[in-house]
Amino acid sequence: MSRKGKLLLYGVLLVCCVPFVFPTWWMATASLKPVNEIFAFTLFPHAPTLDAYRQVFELQPFGRQYLNSCYIAVIVTLGTLVVSSLAGYAFARIKFRGAGVVFLVVLAGLLVPNEVTIIPLYRMFDSLGLVNTHWPLILIPMLGAPSVLATFIMRQFFITLPRELEEAGRMDGLGRLGLFWQVSLPLARPAIGAVAIFTFLHSWNLYLEPIVFLSSKDRFTIPQALTQYVDAYGGAMWNVQLAAATLSALPVLIIFVLAQRQFVEGLAQTGLKG
Amino acid sequence: MTLLVDKPVTATSKPARAPYWNMRRRDELAGWLFITPQLIGIVAFVIVPLGLVVWYSLHEWNVLAGTFDFVGAGNYKALADDARLGPALRATGMFSLGLVVLNLSLALFLAVLLNQKLRGTVFFRTLFFSPVVVTLVAWTIVWGFLLQDNGGINGFLNTLGIDGPNWLRGDATAMISVIVVQLFKGVGLNMVLFLAALQGVPAELYEAARIDGASAWARFRRVTVPLISPTILLTSILTVVGSLQVFAQIAVLTQGGPGTSTTVLVYYLYQQAFQFHHFGYGATISLLLFVIVLALTFLQWRMRRKWAFYENQ
Repeated sequence: MSRKGKLLLYGVLLVCCVPFVFPTWWMATASLKPVNEIFAFTLFPHAPTLDAYRQVFELQPFGRQYLNSCYIAVIVTLGTLVVSSLAGYAFARIKFRGAGVVFLVVLAGLLVPNEVTIIPLYRMFDSLGLVNTHWPLILIPMLGAPSVLATFIMRQFFITLPRELEEAGRMDGLGRLGLFWQVSLPLARPAIGAVAIFTFLHSWNLYLEPIVFLSSKDRFTIPQALTQYVDAYGGAMWNVQLAAATLSALPVLIIFVLAQRQFVEGLAQTGLKG
Repeated sequence: MTLLVDKPVTATSKPARAPYWNMRRRDELAGWLFITPQLIGIVAFVIVPLGLVVWYSLHEWNVLAGTFDFVGAGNYKALADDARLGPALRATGMFSLGLVVLNLSLALFLAVLLNQKLRGTVFFRTLFFSPVVVTLVAWTIVWGFLLQDNGGINGFLNTLGIDGPNWLRGDATAMISVIVVQLFKGVGLNMVLFLAALQGVPAELYEAARIDGASAWARFRRVTVPLISPTILLTSILTVVGSLQVFAQIAVLTQGGPGTSTTVLVYYLYQQAFQFHHFGYGATISLLLFVIVLALTFLQWRMRRKWAFYENQ
């Protein structure tokens, strides 16, 4: 490519970057601005202050809400990995009667968005006395429709493993569980990584379910808590909202920057190639 | 315990007989055990609720009043007569169409740019992908802030001497705003999928096309697009189904307004069921949503033979 072409390409890429990077930058810098400066169009705060961050924790039990989001996302991710790797493995590598029919039933889960079943799910958890607990936010993603995509990704991966590997394992006297645990699962690391990222982000972003199921502030999750920073007139307290938003985004962003290769390549190579 | 002592188990089976738990039977059992958690989950959280949605949709159910009366097709008639259904369907359609077209073309454009032999593409890829990992509501809040009448975008336009509109309060601009916010949030994911597909296109094909004198555009149209068409199909299905589920962005940015211009189907469903407590009517809207998702997925799947090219066919 010519020098000119390269320069042009870099120029186009830089311009394209703006709407992707600018909002995050704005979020982080505006959260440091004092209230009277927040609508000023400046790239850096003139008199940075951590006042908004103090209010984040004073106005709501934000630490508690943060912890809620973290532990729910971790349990859902681990649980989904167990459920989906077992099921994905069985569909890919075990010949058992009824597998075809069951696979179709499970695939149906891909076609039913959570929003469609939210009313009966609410009634079901209500009748069990589990509304305003974290159970629905854990059980539904872990076992319901969202885990089907995970099972599908795992199955696509396990299908590609060569037969000989497992035959060698059989020779060594391994049973099914041994073949799964000692031979196939260790090889599935890219798929596991992709499923873990997908599942964590899905749980972390969940919004409809929390606002339907949860009502007391100390049980809220982050996305739900972010919208609660309003003044007595219902107006948004922008600097506090942006500080809380920054706190919710930064850890994941930092992990992403550190591990972006695994992130992006894991997602790209996992049976989603089409 | 005494029972066991009274009748001690003795090894009566003849050594010649094959053990009952042979490899095939063990596998059969293992297969079923492995899928049990997923199967229970699908039955409990998808199949049964789906059946209940149908059952609820046949009832007039007001939770506050405590009534649950069978009304047959009543809710369906009410839905057909609902003056808000048309606008909700139009808003849903506009959002989906706008998002899918913009998302797929921008994702493909960025993927092609990043597929050039150029230093620093990994850096740019990271930047384009980064919104995917920012908390959805956080991303939406920042954009909500930027799109205020006196917010950052109009501030920027002001420095250029342009007087920007009040984005979230205008009938047309509100929908455009929601689409744009979601576009930049999710386009990185499709870009990565396209990039993976582009890297699978053999370089010889481009060489051959070049020798035949095909222009860059012709190479893109006749080599790139057909070869990555399975990925285009997959991303379009995922994006369409995802776009029908948009909720948080609407709830945070516009609450369905101004008027009903951004009241998409899921938001309307939420309002009817959880704000007005009309669960039966909400269930009817849920079923409509389900039918739309089903129809669109089926349609795209049927179209795959028309425009998705598979090398082994």
